[in-house]
Order: sequence, then C-alpha cells, then structure tokens
Amino acid sequence: MVKLAEWRGKELFRKYGVPLPRGQVARSAAEAEQLTRSGAVPLPCVVKAQVLAGGRGKGGAVRFANTPDEARAAAEAILGLEFKGERVKELLLEEKLAIGRELYLSFTLDRSQRLPIVIASAQGGVEIESVDDAAIDRTAVDPFPGLAAYERRKVAAALGVKGPTAAALDRLLLALWKLFQQEDAELVEINPLAIVGDGLVALDAKVIIEDDAGFRHPEYADIRDDRTPLEEIAREKEIAFVQLDGNIGVIANGAGLTMATLDVLKEFGGNPGVFLDLGGTDDPKKVTEAFLLMAQAKPKAVFLNIFGGVTRCDTVATGLVAAMQQVPAPDRFPLVARIRGNNEKEGVAILQAAGITSIPSLKESAQAVVAAAGAP
Amino acid sequence: MSVLVDSETRVVVQGITGHQGTVHTRQMKQFGTSVVAGVTPGKGGAEVEGVPVFDSVRGAVDATRANAACIFVPAPFAKDALLETVDAGIRLVVIVTEHIPFHDMLVMYHYARSKGTRIIGPNCPGIAAPGKAKVGIIPNVVFRPGRVGVISRSGTLTYEIVNGIKERGLGQSTCIGLGGDPVVGTSFVDALPLFQADPDTDLIVMVGEIGGTAEEEGAEFIRHHVTKPVVAYIAGRSAPPGKRMGHAGAIISRGRGTAETKLAALRAAGAEVARFPYEIPEMVAAIAAGQTQR
Repeated sequence: MVKLAEWRGKELFRKYGVPLPRGQVARSAAEAEQLTRSGAVPLPCVVKAQVLAGGRGKGGAVRFANTPDEARAAAEAILGLEFKGERVKELLLEEKLAIGRELYLSFTLDRSQRLPIVIASAQGGVEIESVDDAAIDRTAVDPFPGLAAYERRKVAAALGVKGPTAAALDRLLLALWKLFQQEDAELVEINPLAIVGDGLVALDAKVIIEDDAGFRHPEYADIRDDRTPLEEIAREKEIAFVQLDGNIGVIANGAGLTMATLDVLKEFGGNPGVFLDLGGTDDPKKVTEAFLLMAQAKPKAVFLNIFGGVTRCDTVATGLVAAMQQVPAPDRFPLVARIRGNNEKEGVAILQAAGITSIPSLKESAQAVVAAAGAP
Repeated sequence: MSVLVDSETRVVVQGITGHQGTVHTRQMKQFGTSVVAGVTPGKGGAEVEGVPVFDSVRGAVDATRANAACIFVPAPFAKDALLETVDAGIRLVVIVTEHIPFHDMLVMYHYARSKGTRIIGPNCPGIAAPGKAKVGIIPNVVFRPGRVGVISRSGTLTYEIVNGIKERGLGQSTCIGLGGDPVVGTSFVDALPLFQADPDTDLIVMVGEIGGTAEEEGAEFIRHHVTKPVVAYIAGRSAPPGKRMGHAGAIISRGRGTAETKLAALRAAGAEVARFPYEIPEMVAAIAAGQTQR
C-alpha cells in the first residue's frame, strides 16, 4: 500500500486533467516566501502540511496567508511540527479560491460485490463517516463497460449539480475512473471537491496505490511509507515484518496462523511485539535472514510457529540452526519452536541435533514462550 | 460425492515447469489426483513428473480432456493464464499465485463468471477431497477421509486446523482454502451452499480472519440456509487495529469487519464459535458424537 502525499496525488490529478488550484511545494520557510513573492503561488494562499494523516485543518497543520511575510510565518509554524506522529517536511502552497458548495467524491473497491465503487455525497468537507448514510450515494461499476453515462448522471444527481457544473463533473468522473484503473489505485478520494464558479476544483487529494501492481508501476517504488528501519530492511528482503510494543517475537508463516498465534499468546498473558511472517519459501537462507532480523529487534523471547506447506519444516530448521550460530551472544534470546506439517520429522531431527526441542501442541508451546519472556 | 472435485477431476497445471508447479504436481499425484496435462508456453512436448506439457491450454484440453486447472504462473501473467483457461472451456480454476493486482482480479472474476467458470483463489491453498482429488498446495499429510467440511480464508492456519481434526481421529469430506485477497473468486457465501448440499458432509468448519465482511455475509447465509452444524473460528481477535483503507473503506464496511462483529454475526446465526484453533477438533468431535447417537 503506497499512500501518496497530497502533492503527489495532485501531480497525478494534473496528469489526468483533474482541475486543481494553482500551487507549489515548499520545503523551507524561505522557499514559501519566495513562491508567493514571485507570484508562482497567487495570494491569498493556503499553506498545508504534507502529512498522510487526516484532520489537518483542526490540528493547526493548515494556515492561510495574505502576504509573502505571512506565508513565511505560516511555513515556519508548520514545518517541523509533529502531526499525529509524522514530522512535517513538506508544504503545499495553493491559491485560496472563492468556493461555493463542498462535495465528496471517491473511487475504491467494494470487496463484497467485487466491483469498483464510486462514493459521492453533497455533504463534503467533513469526515465522510460522520455523514448520514442516506446522504451518501454508492455506484458500483462493472469494469467491462466501464463507468457508463447513466451512472455518471446518477452521481451528478446525487451531488445536486446541473448545467455546466454537471458537464465538468462528467469530465472529472471519466478522468478519475481512468486514473483509478491505470494507476492501480486502491483509493482515489477528493474531499472537499469544491464548486468554483461553474466548475469543480479538487481542493484535496488522497490516493493509495496497490503494492501488488508494483511490477507495472516502478515509479512508486521509492516512495517510503512510515516504516521503521528494520521494517524497511524486511521489505527489501520480501519478509512481512511488523514492529509494535511488546517483548515476544513471533515468527510464523501465513497471515492467518500469525494472527491465531497472537490470539493464543495474549490469552496466556504474553505481549507479542514483533511479527515476522515468512510467507512461502523453500530457501533456508531466507529463514536465516529472518531470524537475524528478529534478533536485531531484541525481543525477550521468540516463538517460532510454523505449519509446513510450501515452506517445509526441514528448510525452516536448517535456516534457524544457521542463524542461531550467527547471532552475537549479547543478542541471543530464549527460543520456543513448534514446527508441524510437511517434512516435520526431518525438521524436528535437525532442531534436536542443535539442542532445540519442538513442542507439537500450540497451547503448550505458547505457554512456554510466555514463561520464557517473563513479565510483559 | 464431495464438493467441486472428485475422482472424475482431471487437472491441467499451468506453469508446470516452474519450481512450485513441478513440486505440487508431484504432490497432487501422490494424493491420488489425475494430473493429466501441464502448460508452459514454448515448452510443449516436454514432460514433468510423467505429465505431458503443452504450449496452450486449448491444446492440453483437446488432447487430455482436462476439466480443472491449477495456476502457478507469476502474478504479471496470471490474468492472461486465467483468460486462456476460461476460453478453453475449463469451469473450475484454482489460482495459487499470490500478489495479483486486484484490478486484474476484478476483470478475471467477472470474465470467468460470465462464462460459467468458478475461480478459487487467488493466493489460496486450493481444494482437496481426501481419497479423491486435490487441486492446489495443501499438504497431503493433514488429510484423512471423513465427513467434516472445511472452508477457510487462511493458508497455513487451514493446515493447522485440518491436521487437528485428523489428529482427533476424524476426517474431512472436502476442504476449500478461499484465499485472503481483497477480491476472491469464491467466498464463504459461495462455498457454504455446496457443503450444505453435499451428502458426504455432516458438519462445517468455517475459518475466517479479521478484515472485509465475507464472514458476516457467510453468517447471514448460515442463518437462513444452512441446517448442518457450523463451528467457526476468526483469527486476529487480539490483533492491533490495522491500517484502514482510508475513509471510503469505512463507508463500505459500515462498522463491520472486526472480530467482534464477525463473531456476533456467527453466534446469531447459530454457529458454535471456537476461541482458539486447538478448540476446534474437540468441538467437532462432540458434534460428530452427537450425530452418530441420533
């Protein structure tokens, strides 16, 4: 999941012909002042923190400026802010428009219907979850015919736009539909979508690109999410790794088994904090790398819970034993292993030879690791 | 009888010359499945695990009367592989491949449906009926023929639970791993009626996960249409709140999608809810014992 900052989302919007306010990105207060003084950004303007979290307006991360000096002051006030855990490093400066009504519009996936869906509301500019359900219009779109004219008219009616504004909406809907499909977006959201004169202008942009489509979108590969350094290394090695608070490290294979392991550990008073999902692998080296990564996270104890399918038990055991020899003494941790499934006997024997006993019962192995970790 | 696969199932493996394709062809055959053909464009005429390889699915079907497919080809080519399979007239396709973009899967799903083809997956372990046939990658060692039907959104957790049922001395009629992707070909509501109708299935184990609303929809179906006992487990009850798919995602799920909403819906539908995976075999055994007495 690649969440794009507002300015990146708007770059995409521009590419697809979505109307935007005139604006520029600034990374320093001096730059903000310069952009307004030169007229690159018309005054009065809006200065917006480029962070991924919502609620920027209420949180003081959006300010207004009438002069270049005010733009500088606004930039100084916002840059370096810690907004919902994210440090503000970039600003978007945009002309302040005289706007009429504010609307809501988004494209996303409806998993139940297995269809893209257009969500529209005449009550934009507020959190859409707070809008009454009756005021939200939903239009599921069949990917084969695509977004049909009658469906676009339905959205226009729901938003209460007519005449030239309805024509502008029609163009906008087609542009967003194209963007949603061609960019492999999970979400394209404009809130608010403002009526300016007879036209429509996207005042905000929230775009999320799907990770799995990376093979046809190398341009998104370098956009970093809010990952920890270890999570970043894991991503490069194609290991699913999540770091939270807690002292037990969990290495499992498969999301369902990882979650079930977490449920059981919590039941016995454990506090799992690092999750590493090996996924399907038959390369012992990948298992070794996963363990070394886990060691760097410095857990108090580690629970290895593997059910062998594609990932065979002997592969895991071989990789584990190699890793244990490489972990420097101060980073060593108590380990509880449970390996079941394909090539279980071979895997258990490899562990046994290295002095590690596999506990076959999920309940008993979970209890053992909670005891080994001590107080959470 | 069993669900979707039986001893008449004749499998063509797409991507048979790849490592996973080869390994799992061998294991499907060891399970007793008729794997009749493999397809890898450009490698027609070869043989893998004693199975003839063809350049196209059409060629494989014409020569071997294959009637089910198992797709292992890499994600960038999976859409094309599926379209080719559907156009060759195959009506059951298991897609093991992971990381298929959901925009591709939307096209694949609706195209297949328009032609009457059922997809299981993607990113799934597939389907197996012990003693009959397996299409996919579920380890053979977890199975034993019996009368418990298993429907699961997970991969390895499915193996864990199916194995637990075996170790408790019971067996399975059919097990389907649906896959956990945002768009899947077969969901709980699609699979439940098949198990309800299957005379070889006495009770159903349903394994879900947090996220999405497939379990709630399955529960609604159980409430109205399933008369067989259902034991359900939802993984992720204690998982930290995950990253939401923006505000629009919340609007679609309308407050559903958490472990609590899923468990409440399943209980209301009359399912017995297991708190941990290891409780399932005992619950299944207790129900099975009651059924035998009657």
